[in-house]
Amino acid sequence: MKETKLGDFEETLLLLVGILDKEAYAFKIAEEFESQTQRAVSIGAVHSTLNRLSEKGFLTSEMGEATAERGGRRKRIYSITAHGERVLKESRDFKLSLWNQYPAFATGKLNFIFE
Amino acid sequence: MTKNKNHITPPSLAEKLLLWFLKEELAEEVLGDLDEKFYTTLNKNNLSKAKRNYWFQVINYMRPFAFKFLRSKLFNNTAMVKHNFKVSYRQLLRNKVYSVINIGGLAMGLTVAMLIGLWVQDELSFNKYHKNYNNIYQLLRVNTDPDGIYVNTSLTTAMGTYLKTNYPDMIESASMVRARPQDMVFAYGENKFRQIGLFVEPEIPEMLSLEMIRGTKDGLADLRGVLLSETFSKKLFGDENPMNKLVKLNAEADLIVKGIYRDIPNNSEFENAGYLARMELIVGPDNMNIWSNYNAYVYVQLKDNVNPEPLLSSINEAYLPNFNEYAIESQMKFIMHPMKDWHLRSEWTDGKPSTSQAMSFLWLYGIIGVFVLVLACINFMNLSTARSEKRAKEVGIRKTLGSLRKQLISQFYIESFLCSFLAFILSLGLLTALLPWFNETANKEILAPWSNTSFWILSISFLLLTAILSGSYPAIFLSRFKPIKALRGGLKVGKHASLPRKVLVVFQFTISIALIIATITVSNQIEMAKNLPMGYDTEDLLAISPASPDFVDKRHIIREEILKTGMVTAVGHSNYPVTNDRGWNPGFTWEGMDPTFTNSFNTISISSGYADAVGMKFIMGRNFDENLESDKRAIIINRSAMEAMNLENPVGMMVTYNPRWREARTYEIIGVVEDMIKNSPFERTYLSVMFQDEGYMSWMYIKLNPSVNKAEAIPAIEKVYSSILPEAPFDFTFAEDDYAKKFDAERRVSRLSQFFSILAVLISCLGLYGLTSYVAEQRTKEIGIRKVLGASVINLWKLLSKDFTFLVLIASVISIPLSYQVLDSWLDTYEIRTNLSWWIFTAGALGGLIITLITVSFQSIKAATANPVNSLRSE
Repeated sequence: MKETKLGDFEETLLLLVGILDKEAYAFKIAEEFESQTQRAVSIGAVHSTLNRLSEKGFLTSEMGEATAERGGRRKRIYSITAHGERVLKESRDFKLSLWNQYPAFATGKLNFIFE
Repeated sequence: MTKNKNHITPPSLAEKLLLWFLKEELAEEVLGDLDEKFYTTLNKNNLSKAKRNYWFQVINYMRPFAFKFLRSKLFNNTAMVKHNFKVSYRQLLRNKVYSVINIGGLAMGLTVAMLIGLWVQDELSFNKYHKNYNNIYQLLRVNTDPDGIYVNTSLTTAMGTYLKTNYPDMIESASMVRARPQDMVFAYGENKFRQIGLFVEPEIPEMLSLEMIRGTKDGLADLRGVLLSETFSKKLFGDENPMNKLVKLNAEADLIVKGIYRDIPNNSEFENAGYLARMELIVGPDNMNIWSNYNAYVYVQLKDNVNPEPLLSSINEAYLPNFNEYAIESQMKFIMHPMKDWHLRSEWTDGKPSTSQAMSFLWLYGIIGVFVLVLACINFMNLSTARSEKRAKEVGIRKTLGSLRKQLISQFYIESFLCSFLAFILSLGLLTALLPWFNETANKEILAPWSNTSFWILSISFLLLTAILSGSYPAIFLSRFKPIKALRGGLKVGKHASLPRKVLVVFQFTISIALIIATITVSNQIEMAKNLPMGYDTEDLLAISPASPDFVDKRHIIREEILKTGMVTAVGHSNYPVTNDRGWNPGFTWEGMDPTFTNSFNTISISSGYADAVGMKFIMGRNFDENLESDKRAIIINRSAMEAMNLENPVGMMVTYNPRWREARTYEIIGVVEDMIKNSPFERTYLSVMFQDEGYMSWMYIKLNPSVNKAEAIPAIEKVYSSILPEAPFDFTFAEDDYAKKFDAERRVSRLSQFFSILAVLISCLGLYGLTSYVAEQRTKEIGIRKVLGASVINLWKLLSKDFTFLVLIASVISIPLSYQVLDSWLDTYEIRTNLSWWIFTAGALGGLIITLITVSFQSIKAATANPVNSLRSE
């Protein structure tokens, strides 16, 4: 049985795949990660995680079209599966439920805006 | 991609590396991504940054998911590997006895090898603590005396001073150290401790690269400065800050603590230096440049790339004009002894370096270590192969079910790797447990080598080797069987298949028996020396050398007062301790002396109570009498001296003693005593002469009254002592303990050889036990049939034991001459040696035989008493 837990980095990547949609391939995801989080990451690390997420069944992928700046090579485009979306949602709900149990938030002392 | 020179491309080496390890199906997307990254970085930054980043990205692709090698053809699915491990594990569990013997035996061997390896490593790294290790030399002198060529470490202070001042272009730094570490009492407030340390010149801390905890290395620039070791400073000052505090040296001089250095490690020449103080303090500031007194060691640190040879010849020339009569007469020459040779190459015969005892032990233990390890490995292989023959059927079935030969090979290798890996883990545990004991026995401070990479590399590569060797027979030989043959049971194990195994058993027992013989001999040698008549009596004898300048003057009062307590039977003084052989002089002449007689005499001064206190045994004549004025010109000699001087009845003879440092005097021999063992008990006792009350009488010997309890007597003596010498600590030793220290080195050898031989025997027995049970198992049916036909248990026992007994007999025949050779040459290094009598060899061989019989009988009796129905029924 493959592990179905979602780590923090995995969750972020999953979301980034969703955001980038048709442009979701390893290099772009790594760039997006760096620009959104201001943290450096290697393409290898991203690729390895994407690979793992695919093994868990949260992502599927297929080869996209070739472009000139890649020396005519094709890229692998990732997309979230239904299972992946469900896991993302569960993760968000779980965190929300935790937030709701947090008294400071419940009494409105902390101001966060959700959706 | 076009390889255009004008076109900037990613670094091709990095690309090659990537393609080398990356799975083929990932190549396209990854190369594409990295290209994109490269050109983006290039646009944003510069080319070199882009290249560097490309390398970074490639290296970051070295992750398990991307490697092609992890999908080897042998292990193309993990289920198979898991299965192999499971089968191996079950094999281990099913044959518990074998597994324990096999793994335990190998673990023991590995542990011994590791211990010895660590020991050898420690010996070889002696003095490496000092950073200038490669440039430090000690200047030694070689004298040609009438009875031989001798190499001496002690030089004159003028030699050191000359060296220091005249060769600034070759010598980085030089320093003299007062010959022999000095035992002194340091006092701070109420704390008084005796400590061994060095009296040196200020350059020493820098030269030896001491690590300062407090203060600086130039702390000795001040004549009254003293540097303390960390431990000694803790002892003296506790938690107080010792810096710039005053300490009293031997109740005389006040010294200022100028620094604390980290303790010098145990494997350094200077390990016991608890303090460093200026040499002038004990030599005298005016005596730092004289040519007559040989009381200094001279150490030189050469500049980098300076060859010691030219310096040496220049020194030899320069010193010549200053030589005294003795130096010229003995053709004094100098040599430079490099620091790397100090520990293992410091023994000389006739002025030439000779194999030192330390070096011989290094070889001896090294060889033993290798042997024990080889024994263990032999067992391991022997048993693994013996066991594997039983598994021919398994191989047959596996093959019928479609196993490939490769898979069978991997199965057997995995099994032997598992075993040796378990043994390794076990040996690491044993090593941790044994290291403290080993350090104590071998007088070392070896740390566990957990952070030492070469240790891991060495152990693991050895492990792999053992695993491959022991796994190879079943892996390669058994996997080759035709399944039908293996299943039918027609497996022929050739007539000579057991020959290598027999050779190995003989080899093992040869070593084991030799070690048993060696152990007996070593302990014999010690026992023999211990039982030699000492010539005096150390029982209940206290030795003390008060650290007080007043002691010599007050010694008569102390003696009277201690005698008054009634707790003691005698008190005597001497200028040197009874348990060592210091005091060494030529210059004796007598009537009728053989003109070729050149021997020196061990000369000491004793007071009248001394003979009673240490229990000297008079053969002729009498002891000194304080009240006789004539006894001031009397001497007592020992038996060796009497014999060497060729005197029949020496009492009353006159002897002239002409030391170089005072005018000649004539003495009357008034007594002859039995030889006293003052030096090593393994050497012949020296010719010895005793004077009355000459020289610096700094030692006191107190014989306790045997009828008084020691616990009462000692405090009573201390009370008297402290009231007369309040500044000196009452730190006495028992002469018995001092005497026992003479055996330290031999006792160490004895304990280690016991340990090794017990292990070797144990390992051999384990192997033998495994082999007999294997043989017994193979012959179960034969034994069953023999029993049915009426063979008795004794018959069967004989049948099964005879082969191995024969092998052990061969082993004894080989090991006896072998061990005789080695032991005889070891004993030859001693002047006084035990005999290698025949019974030792018989005992060794018999011991080996009995152990074999017991081991073999375990299995053979079990097999012989088994019910034949059980063995014959199963088919």
